[in-house]
Amino acid sequence: MNRRTPIATGSDWNFEVLEAYEQELARLADEYRLDTYPNQIEIITTEQMMDAYASVGMPVGYHHWSYGKQFLAVEQAYRRGQMGLAYELVINSNPCIAYLMEENTLMMQVLVMAHACYGHNSFFKGNYLFRTWTDAGSIVDYLVFARKYVAECEERHGVTAVEQLLDACHALQNYGVDRYKRPSPISAEEEARRQKEREEYLQAQVNTLWRTIPGRHDGDSLPGSLAEEEDPLGLHSGERYPPEPQENLLYFIEKNAPLLAPWQREIVRIVRKLAQYFYPQRQTQVMNEGWASFWHYTLMNRLYDEGLVDEGLMLEFLQSHTAVVSQPGFDSPYYSGINPYALGFAIFSDIKRMCQEPTEEDREWFPDTAGSDWLDTIHFAMKNFKDESFIQQFLSPKVIRDLKLFTVVDDDQEELLEVAAIHDERGYRRVREMLATQYALAVREPNIQVYSADIRGDRSLTLHHIQDNRRPLARSVYPVMRHLHQLWGFPVKLESLHDDGSVARRYHWPLPDEEGDSR
Amino acid sequence: MTYFIDRRANAKNKSAVNRQRFLDRYRTHIKRSVEEAVNRRSITDMERGEKVSIPTRDISEPVFQHGPGGKRTIVSPGNKEFVEGDRLRRPSGGGGGGGAGEGGASNQGEGMDEFAFTLTREEFLDFVFDGLELPHLERKNLVDLDEVRPVRAGFSRDGVPSRINIVRSMREAHARRIAMRAPIRRALREARQALEEEESKDPVLRNPARIAELKAEIERLEQRLEAVPFIDTYDLRYNNLINQPQPSSKAVMFCVMDVSGSMTQAHKDIAKRFFLLLYLFLERSYEKVELVFVRHHTAAKEVDEEEFFYSRETGGTIVSSALSLVDEIVADRYPPSQWNLYVAQASDGDNWDDDSLTCRDLLVKSLMPRVQYFTYVEITPHAHQALWEEYETVADEFPDQFAMRQIVEAGDIYPVFRELFKRRAVQ
Repeated sequence: MNRRTPIATGSDWNFEVLEAYEQELARLADEYRLDTYPNQIEIITTEQMMDAYASVGMPVGYHHWSYGKQFLAVEQAYRRGQMGLAYELVINSNPCIAYLMEENTLMMQVLVMAHACYGHNSFFKGNYLFRTWTDAGSIVDYLVFARKYVAECEERHGVTAVEQLLDACHALQNYGVDRYKRPSPISAEEEARRQKEREEYLQAQVNTLWRTIPGRHDGDSLPGSLAEEEDPLGLHSGERYPPEPQENLLYFIEKNAPLLAPWQREIVRIVRKLAQYFYPQRQTQVMNEGWASFWHYTLMNRLYDEGLVDEGLMLEFLQSHTAVVSQPGFDSPYYSGINPYALGFAIFSDIKRMCQEPTEEDREWFPDTAGSDWLDTIHFAMKNFKDESFIQQFLSPKVIRDLKLFTVVDDDQEELLEVAAIHDERGYRRVREMLATQYALAVREPNIQVYSADIRGDRSLTLHHIQDNRRPLARSVYPVMRHLHQLWGFPVKLESLHDDGSVARRYHWPLPDEEGDSR
Repeated sequence: MTYFIDRRANAKNKSAVNRQRFLDRYRTHIKRSVEEAVNRRSITDMERGEKVSIPTRDISEPVFQHGPGGKRTIVSPGNKEFVEGDRLRRPSGGGGGGGAGEGGASNQGEGMDEFAFTLTREEFLDFVFDGLELPHLERKNLVDLDEVRPVRAGFSRDGVPSRINIVRSMREAHARRIAMRAPIRRALREARQALEEEESKDPVLRNPARIAELKAEIERLEQRLEAVPFIDTYDLRYNNLINQPQPSSKAVMFCVMDVSGSMTQAHKDIAKRFFLLLYLFLERSYEKVELVFVRHHTAAKEVDEEEFFYSRETGGTIVSSALSLVDEIVADRYPPSQWNLYVAQASDGDNWDDDSLTCRDLLVKSLMPRVQYFTYVEITPHAHQALWEEYETVADEFPDQFAMRQIVEAGDIYPVFRELFKRRAVQ
């Protein structure tokens, strides 16, 4: 191998050096067929990093106190030294924006470029969830639109009114996701233009829904609207509305809440859209971080092999890399759940190993993977899975053994916990299945759906919670229902159902004895 | 395709608005913390921010979550000795092993009871002085003020050469020249006409005497015309300046403290905190605040800060000595027309028997008419003595400028301070 002289040594960096490394990384990434959006690498200060953090990685965002809280929390943790600021923050946009902190050493900057600009970036561009549900090209535009719109509303309707509305929407934002319909990408101007049309149209639709005069309505059909949108789900047939349970609570509210003003509907929509944007990220944490870690490890090693970085930098890198992908045991004081970096990195590395040096066990467990072309296989894995299915598909007995994974069943009807499976021949499959389930969004979050809206009676809204293994809702259900009640404007009921469909518990808001002072 | 962008020069306070929103929303919580902090803090310590804690439940953003109970299966790493089928006791507290691996996600740490963050110094002081106002700042009538600033006010006929307004002066000169030359020119014109007539006559009919007369007249008029000055002292105009009274932006604060034997170090600490609050408060309202420390036992002395708070002396107490020293200092160095005078006095209430009456007289006759505000805090858990009673009569006489309160322990300082300086309804 022709060893060249390192591009730079020591820990200081400058723009020329970064550019030189970036070019080398780009060359290597190309070798590995990493397909990325153009990179926009921004050098920022610590304070700016904290700002970026506080806005959950959105380069522009509307104003809300919760981001201020987030900022204060980050600042506090950082000042106390509890938390190093993440050295990277990358935004799923086109071009892909990655932040580098100026305090980082040269090694860190190169590492972050490899991790974020080629790892995460190619994941954003390649993974099916991101391809389906987010549009990297328009997100920044949409954020700008959202910020402007919210600011405008604040001017017109007062900061408090907007804040309360946003509080309520934020409480429900995890239930503002469309899991089946793909949103269409549009630009900011387009969004602003459509917003006006939508405002009028939506209001008209809601009015139709809540019209109390029975009878046919075909005279006032709106231009361009479909007949079934006029009478969205057969509300004049006297059946339950909506006929099918709705999982997207915010969407249902945006379209159906009787008392919301047009601007309020638009804000509900903004929160919903942003929740949708973050939805793939919530489902691909292990994969995303694992993929990025796998590539920063691979690329850094290549740089070293080619002599572009020196031993000092490499040692510093290994130390940092080891810290990132370490997985403390469940009984360690440092344990805080499974480290997605560690798990993801272990699985991707193991796929490569299985392809290159398959063992008998691998051939038995992964006949398709073992011995195949490793680059093809990990690209395939990156593109077509989310955490749940990725673990189900690729978690090998070896990784289970390495991490010494075991499952414990905690049943409140039993006095003792039971170890259900460990890393042995009998347990591999069950551990894998349980771990995959643990990452299923449906299991992590309670399954709550809109069951019915009493459009002919007291206008109350009924939700159903379908219990997963008898797990009840946490007490936070009451404040959330209060928020929901604010949006809906009429009483809200929540029925928690057993697996067999019988009602385990009912929640009401407003609380029955306070009904007098509700509106 | 990659771009590097150096954003370091960009504004760093992108979160400032959100931060402010948060502070506004939890105003009452923060205020409570700030009040506690003020009471707790050591004296030299007002100049930094403050850590504030708010109960997490008050600021949580609720979402639907799984509660405890039901059947859960948890996968954890790091198995050492368990084998399948082992039964274990539930670990006390916490849901055992934690839920799904949240990793770097922004979960807010369920287990934390308090949400803690740090206010900056400015924010801290804003909360400390929120709703307070300087007493009677607006009462200071502009007429009383000696402090003046010259401002331009039109033009005048006299002044110093450096202030001559050239344009105005030349315009005046021009007007004067037109006015003064007009009659001469008219006469000249007539004379010339007459001369022309005379000269155009037939030589026989000419009157040589008349011609000579006219010529002489013309020459005389031309000379007069020449003699009109181009500019005259009469024409000069000066930029006029008048002195406009200015509200003073300077304040002086007299810290008067009893250092007699009866004042313990704890008393002095309390007094110091009170002075410090007052100083910080004044500093926010005036461009310049000077401090004068006057300590006294039987005799008063002006000292520096170090000595004021920390040197020890014992002796009896004559309060009037300090008041008359303040009076002298005011007369010497701080004319009330230029300075806003504030006096803060701290004492344990002990005084030489008949001295209290002298104090009263001094205050009423000489000090009170001149100061903006006089605060007296008595640091004692005991019953009041003569000094308090005499001061009460002063307070009756000057209800707006004189304030007195009793402080028993450090915790009282801040409430007392707030009460003394709370914003009054506009009268």
